Amino acid sequence: MKRHLRFSLLHLVLAAGAVSMILPFLWMLSTSLKPESQIFRFPPVWLPDRWQWSNYVEAMQAAAFARYFINTLIYAGAVTITNLLFCSMAAYAFARLRFRGRNLLFILVLGTMMIPGQVTMVPVFIMLKHWPFAGGNDALGLGGHGLLNSYTGLVLPVAVSAFGIFLLRQFFMTLPSELEDAARIDGCSEAGIYWRIILPLSKPALATLSIFTFTAAWNEFLWPLLIMSKDSMKTLQVGLQVFQTQYTTRWDLLMAGTVLVTLPVLIVFLVGQRYFTRGIALTGMKG
Amino acid sequence: MRTAATGMARRQSRTAWVFLTPGLTLFFLFVLIPVVAAFYLSFCRYDIIHSPVWVGNQNYARIAEDLGHRGVFYLSLRNTAQYALGTIPIGMALALLLALLLNTGIRGIAIYRTAYYLPVVTSLVAVSLVWMWIYDPSYGLLNYLLQLLSRGISTITGREFPISPQTWLGDPGQAMPAIIAMSIWRGLGYNMVIYLAGLQGIPDHLHEAAIIDGATPWQRFWAITWPLLKPTTAFILVVSVIGASQVFAQVYVMTNGGPNNATTVIVHQIFRNAFSFMKMGYASAMAFVLFGIIFVMSLINLRLLRGGEVEYV
Repeated sequence: MKRHLRFSLLHLVLAAGAVSMILPFLWMLSTSLKPESQIFRFPPVWLPDRWQWSNYVEAMQAAAFARYFINTLIYAGAVTITNLLFCSMAAYAFARLRFRGRNLLFILVLGTMMIPGQVTMVPVFIMLKHWPFAGGNDALGLGGHGLLNSYTGLVLPVAVSAFGIFLLRQFFMTLPSELEDAARIDGCSEAGIYWRIILPLSKPALATLSIFTFTAAWNEFLWPLLIMSKDSMKTLQVGLQVFQTQYTTRWDLLMAGTVLVTLPVLIVFLVGQRYFTRGIALTGMKG
Repeated sequence: MRTAATGMARRQSRTAWVFLTPGLTLFFLFVLIPVVAAFYLSFCRYDIIHSPVWVGNQNYARIAEDLGHRGVFYLSLRNTAQYALGTIPIGMALALLLALLLNTGIRGIAIYRTAYYLPVVTSLVAVSLVWMWIYDPSYGLLNYLLQLLSRGISTITGREFPISPQTWLGDPGQAMPAIIAMSIWRGLGYNMVIYLAGLQGIPDHLHEAAIIDGATPWQRFWAITWPLLKPTTAFILVVSVIGASQVFAQVYVMTNGGPNNATTVIVHQIFRNAFSFMKMGYASAMAFVLFGIIFVMSLINLRLLRGGEVEYV
């Protein structure tokens, strides 16, 4: 009985906390569906008299959210694919192949994680701007805008990550080597072992890295803010921020835009939840 | 046999370099060269239009001078420290408390975990916008809640208890605490899930044995849970300090450093100097100061928490 009471009390505390976590999202949703007249009402109302779905239409007309959505999808998708490929290749070499200087090289790669992105962002910006033969540039990288405002310029500098290499290497190390040895005796090449044995066995780790990379790219702000200044090339986060500076008091439209930006990643989270939390356990504990 | 072995070694080594080429090329191009270039630029005057001009240690001297007379960069350092001290201890304590509560074998752990983790997956720009609306001085939810609180207290005590509406983000004294509160809310679920994983790694028999010996929950926490969670705490602390040093998006969206530089932070200053004022050299010098801070803080954290690692069998 006493135990029962204690659990009830615990539920009360945890539920109160959970409500305060979710309340801002409900407030966002409620505002996004209010007619303008009900936004500026004090005390505020939670349920609008009539649900103003046209806010979403108006928000999408006021800013090019459809275009931003496509840009973000291309960016996040491309970064995820390149990271999966390049990180797993490097991780395979570090975990399973023997070559001179392996440990030193691995430590160097890990060491790059120490460098904050703010140190490299200015030179990378300059490099992209002066990329030869791109965006109207000549051989010396002059005359045009280079790789700025291009998908290539946005993706290439973040196409591989030391974190991803580390995560996959740790996972590859735990795989038993018997299958590999058997495949080698059967004459399978190293590339074949990577593609036919290691990758299929590593689906959970690859799923974790995919979800991490995708959501991080989807939510990234500073990097696309630097590279994509042209409106037609903006990602959702940058577009939303600019939208906010233009419609400072139209909270109905702003919240509708925020819902549009937030919804896809929330759906990914709710569907692939176990990969999020498993991934955290995986990276957190080994870190 | 021997030739077969060396043949395999050679084959492995060749494959390894082929597999490493894409990743290493990208690191070379977009990390190694830029770090060296940034270091060089930090000794130059560079406005991206004209070629860089070597100015010696002038940029670093300017930073020192700024710190001396409490200029804008000094403010950004102070505000970043305020942000770190405001978010990290409270955020970690709350996360640990929640993880402990969830680890009691209570039902519905998955639902709670989802709810607490929801803000983590949402973008900083989006949650910043939502919280700007919550912090709105005239129509915001928070001032309404304050009004409800004032009414509640008045009813209970039978005496007037007025709480006037606050300006929040528009007030130099309240803007940073408001950003801190939002950031704690957003990061709580992440730290909680890591603590939860750490707690689940502590074997049950330790607690069972302690219960038999008559230890109170308080004693068990300090004798078993806390020491065994030390690696988890170290990890969260290091990640949090690095993250707090690099805080940017919520500041840029919610206040853009204002009012009156009350919320400007290091990365905000780097961004502004590099891309608004076109002082790329000065910005690079600031970036290296940030690099140094992160490096030293990480070393201190690891040193502090490495000592006395515990293992119970």
